[in-house]
Amino acid sequence: MSDTSEALAVPVVRVDQRKPRLHLTPARREALWGLVFIGPWLIGLVLFTAGPMIASFVLSLTNYDLLRPESIQFVGIDNYTRMTTDPNVAKAIQVTFIFAAIAIPLTMLSSLTFAALLNSRRLFGKSFFRTLFYMPVQIPLVASTLVWVGFLNTETGWLNEILGFFGLPQPDWINSEVWIYPALSIIGLWGIGNFMLINLAGMQSVPTELYDAARIDGAGAWKQFRHVTIPMISPILLYNLIIALVGTFQYFTQAYVITNGRGDPNNATLFINLDLFREAFVFNKMGYGSAIAWLLFVFVMILTIAILGAARGRVYYAGGDR
Amino acid sequence: MTASTQPLRAFSDAGPVSRSYRRFLGRASITLLAVMILSAYLLPLLYMVTTAFQQPGQASTPGSPVYPAEPRVGVYQGAEYPIYTVPIDGVERQLMLIVKGREQSTFVDPNDPTTAPIEWVGRWRTLEQSWTFAPEVDNFTTAWSQLNFPRLLFNTAAIAVLSTIGAVASSAIVAYGFARFRFPGRNILFVVLLGTIILPFQVTLIPTYIIFTQLGWNGTWLPLIVPHLFANAYNVFLLRQYFMTIPRDLDEAALIDGASPFRVFRSVILPLSVPAIVAVTLFHFFFAWNDFFLPLLYLAGKPEIQPLSIAIQHYNALYSTQPTLIQAAALMTMAVPVVVFFLAQRFYMQGVVATGVEK
Repeated sequence: MSDTSEALAVPVVRVDQRKPRLHLTPARREALWGLVFIGPWLIGLVLFTAGPMIASFVLSLTNYDLLRPESIQFVGIDNYTRMTTDPNVAKAIQVTFIFAAIAIPLTMLSSLTFAALLNSRRLFGKSFFRTLFYMPVQIPLVASTLVWVGFLNTETGWLNEILGFFGLPQPDWINSEVWIYPALSIIGLWGIGNFMLINLAGMQSVPTELYDAARIDGAGAWKQFRHVTIPMISPILLYNLIIALVGTFQYFTQAYVITNGRGDPNNATLFINLDLFREAFVFNKMGYGSAIAWLLFVFVMILTIAILGAARGRVYYAGGDR
Repeated sequence: MTASTQPLRAFSDAGPVSRSYRRFLGRASITLLAVMILSAYLLPLLYMVTTAFQQPGQASTPGSPVYPAEPRVGVYQGAEYPIYTVPIDGVERQLMLIVKGREQSTFVDPNDPTTAPIEWVGRWRTLEQSWTFAPEVDNFTTAWSQLNFPRLLFNTAAIAVLSTIGAVASSAIVAYGFARFRFPGRNILFVVLLGTIILPFQVTLIPTYIIFTQLGWNGTWLPLIVPHLFANAYNVFLLRQYFMTIPRDLDEAALIDGASPFRVFRSVILPLSVPAIVAVTLFHFFFAWNDFFLPLLYLAGKPEIQPLSIAIQHYNALYSTQPTLIQAAALMTMAVPVVVFFLAQRFYMQGVVATGVEK
């Protein structure tokens, strides 16, 4: 990375020696310029990330109510103890984990399958298929959710008509406490485009010699995929898994659009983020909302660390341990 | 997989013709599989287009076709009558139903209404009504005016343009800083930057909301635009990756000529980074175009300055019993992003891959 840059940095030094304008060493001047350029981000980091994070933690220890800011009181860990007995929070955690358990494996598997299909040497018109498989990601989430809600409708939608044609059961996808999770996971299939493209790019960068070697050893298509492709793209799968996890724990728009923010049926779509939204912005309980935000943050952190830990030794980095 | 290795060839009695035929068959079957999966994957889009062009109530009418259609009618003695498929002497004929009877009805041939009416014995309710293809555009005009669509398009585009200009400009500057300058803590700061990608935004949401509300920005576009003036991790990462591929000789040459780092950025780096800038611009523009959570938070009570996403959701809450209107609205909402995607798909594909694979 820096080999060439250091070699090329020599002429700069010469320029500075010829024309010393400031009492700064070249290295200091370079550092100063660097800080000037990343300045906007640094300011933003303090104003919109670090500052609010601290503030949010402090708020989570208070009973702050936006409509009555003057009556703010320090309540210690009351908000956190209250969460342990709040049925909505328990439901939200349950709902989010059930959905994650269905949607994340489906996302990972389908994006891997689609990528493998697009990577097949035997596929005609690859770029055509790639474009169309990716396209649904471009559809605004609200619009695509409305399309799917119509498609899954028991009266006028198409899916149940097709299922009925094959003599399969026709569940009430949207209004059933059980079927809503498969329904939302199916809707999520339109969001896998980025994962698919990243998998595909990973597969395309696997050296063909590895496949040749595997073939000579008698490996068939499946064995090549399982023992060459998967290990070689494992860092990418890990990246996708973490991004999918973070996305799932912040799930909101689809659930909000389908039930107009009510969490129907029977709170089955009361995801953590929706519960937070209601507590903080509908009931104005900003302190409690902040505590829920930190709960969400802790879940994401613990799961990310757990995944990274579990992946250690199972993920293969071809380029060393970078 | 199909290519057999040299030693095996001797045992195979298949000639080159049949081998290439078999290879073609293999390719055709994979491609067919892809077509089938793709059709299933995009079937909801067909549902949307079809429904958007249907008359309200067609989908719930028994015996109606899938495509947008209206019942066929014929004219007899100045009045319109519906046309049914009537089996007469083993031949199915398209006839107008003139007089409805319980066990017997009267029909007239719509092609030749002057001929004598035909008496048909049987229950007319068992007959299949005849439909004709008839796309209905009223759904679009209704949704267009009910939603005040031009206003929504303007709001959405204005928010997206303003936030994109800020986000791309600031991210490019920051990316240049990370790509070209060595300063203490650079690597740690870059890791912090990447870390913000997986930081759930909820954890900063409430204090930010309180501050914007205190500033009187709630109910304006400012909370949707101002935070983007400070760069964001995705854009910086993508642009930095691209900037690092530009040979440093070019910067050095400009510096020797006395150019300031700002000048180098403007005259050397930016002109050479057009594909990456375009990709980031597209990503951010449609991120802003599609954003739902923050507009909902800040603009829920302000219909006149809302973007499309919020208005469409609200529209759905009001008219969810009318799928024809909802699907027409959904189609109009996705038109711009999807068309732009098809025009600029190359930039998207490269951009996604650059963010995902490099690290």
